[in-house]
Amino acid sequence: MAFNIVKEKYRNKISQVTIGATKEEGGTRTSTVTIGGEEALPYLHFEGNIPNRPVTALEVWDIAPPGWNECFNQYYGDVYNDVGEWARKCVEEYGAEMICLRLKGADPDEDNRSADECEAALKKVLDSVGVPIIVLGCGKFEKDNEIFMKVAESGAGENLLMGVAEQENYKTLTAAALGYKHAIIAQSPIDINIAKQLNIMIGEMNFDTDRIVMDPTIAAVGYGIEYGYSIMQRARFGALGGDKAMAKPMIGNIGWEVWKTKEANAPVSDFPEWGEQEPRGINWEIVTATSLLCAGLNIAVLRHPSSLAVVKKTIDDLMKPNSY
Amino acid sequence: MLVIGERINGMFKDIANAIKTGDPTAVQEWAKRQEDNGAAWLDINCGPASDDPVSHMKWLVEVTQEVAKAPLALDSTNYDAIEAGLEICKQPPLINSVPAEWPKMERVFEMAAKYEAGVVGLAMNEQGIPKDAESRVALAMELCAAADSYGVPMEDLYIDPLVLPCNVGQDHGPEALETIRQVKTLADPPPRTTVGLSNISQGTKNRELINRTFAVMGIAMGLDTAVADADDDELMEAIACARIIMNLDIYCDSFVEVYKDRW
Repeated sequence: MAFNIVKEKYRNKISQVTIGATKEEGGTRTSTVTIGGEEALPYLHFEGNIPNRPVTALEVWDIAPPGWNECFNQYYGDVYNDVGEWARKCVEEYGAEMICLRLKGADPDEDNRSADECEAALKKVLDSVGVPIIVLGCGKFEKDNEIFMKVAESGAGENLLMGVAEQENYKTLTAAALGYKHAIIAQSPIDINIAKQLNIMIGEMNFDTDRIVMDPTIAAVGYGIEYGYSIMQRARFGALGGDKAMAKPMIGNIGWEVWKTKEANAPVSDFPEWGEQEPRGINWEIVTATSLLCAGLNIAVLRHPSSLAVVKKTIDDLMKPNSY
Repeated sequence: MLVIGERINGMFKDIANAIKTGDPTAVQEWAKRQEDNGAAWLDINCGPASDDPVSHMKWLVEVTQEVAKAPLALDSTNYDAIEAGLEICKQPPLINSVPAEWPKMERVFEMAAKYEAGVVGLAMNEQGIPKDAESRVALAMELCAAADSYGVPMEDLYIDPLVLPCNVGQDHGPEALETIRQVKTLADPPPRTTVGLSNISQGTKNRELINRTFAVMGIAMGLDTAVADADDDELMEAIACARIIMNLDIYCDSFVEVYKDRW
């Protein structure tokens, strides 16, 4: 008797979000990315259509990042002070499919840069590369609300992915993204109830919730990755079971989290039994990223070029059909 | 639990009048109103007085689909009327209903397989409604076996344990609830479950309270759907809340609004 594979029936699919706009679409990007649209749990191609591959981004800052591990100097040291060239290197040499511009220079505790300076940084990146752009504020609510509108305006037409909206601070960014037609990142503090509520509140401002990318806040391996993982998993179960408010693609700041850990940064002299620092950090980033891809991550924001190469290859393998 | 909105039924005067005069206003108003308040399906029933159920069913389906996105539940004992409705439904509806009797099951499950429709299967047969849960579950099993033999998946079979008014058939209440619980163990994946909710309160005082109390008790037992009054706000709120407590929906502060916002 023929073997019949048991297939789960899903009632809903993840919304599909396109980021970036080409010349024909009113922007200046040479490529766009489309994420989401899954009709089954991650990579269960035999159960439903997984129309879009997850994408990788590399993180660039508008200032030379204080505190990044010295191992990054050989890749980015020559361009740390030129955000446009930094972005170009990420795309042309290292193969990033998106650039994630973090406007950390606006942070009052860093360079306290003005909205105009932030706008100039975004312009440089837009001029240097053709891939779609993610723009993140500095993380301080008051300052971010000063720069979001200007940044959204200067990126008008480019269909940016702007972040982050949080429960306590989502209105300015939502209004800016709404006004200039950008997609938005809704970030929740490892809390699925807040994640859902935030999506609803953004929708109540007449923002199209099918333009939301959720950032459930992830952690690195060894630092509570299982909390982020299980929230992403539960969000996907809910979404595919019919929960529209949870049916959004997801983004994770992998590099940001991984390169804070002792395991990624400690010199070999401190822990000889751990092995060389740089490959250790790369592996930490790869394992964190691939784990979260399996939970449904759609955009992996990475930091190390070698991690990016391996994660892209992993995504290629995960996207090979396994239909029966 | 998801609600099959009960209001487009010829037993109600305004719908009977709409059928008689051919004026779709009342039908379409109720379609939108039920959908806006969270109905997941819209029940379509020409009512017992219809002298031409085939063409009346077709007309109700047509005018409802003009304004509503929700799938329909074609509610009739006349299977020609149901088939006429199936032919023009824009998305797979429910067939409401079939008892555990041959040759009725043959006709209904063949149609269901052909149109990929769901089926409400009644836990009763020629002998009527059983008194206890055990006999109801035995009939549910017959429905499962029949559905399976026609290739209708268990997720598309909605077993109705049959609910009697709590003032006249008080002893049936716990039996119906126990049936729901046991039906969920009959297969993997299990069949779905449904009830005609308003039956529990026929001829009683304070009908809404009885309806929503039974609804949340049913949800705790595994009740997936009910033909019910989607316009009853307190019922819909109680269902939304029970779904949270049973971990069927992810909690958020706006859980009532999210439950109602289906379309």
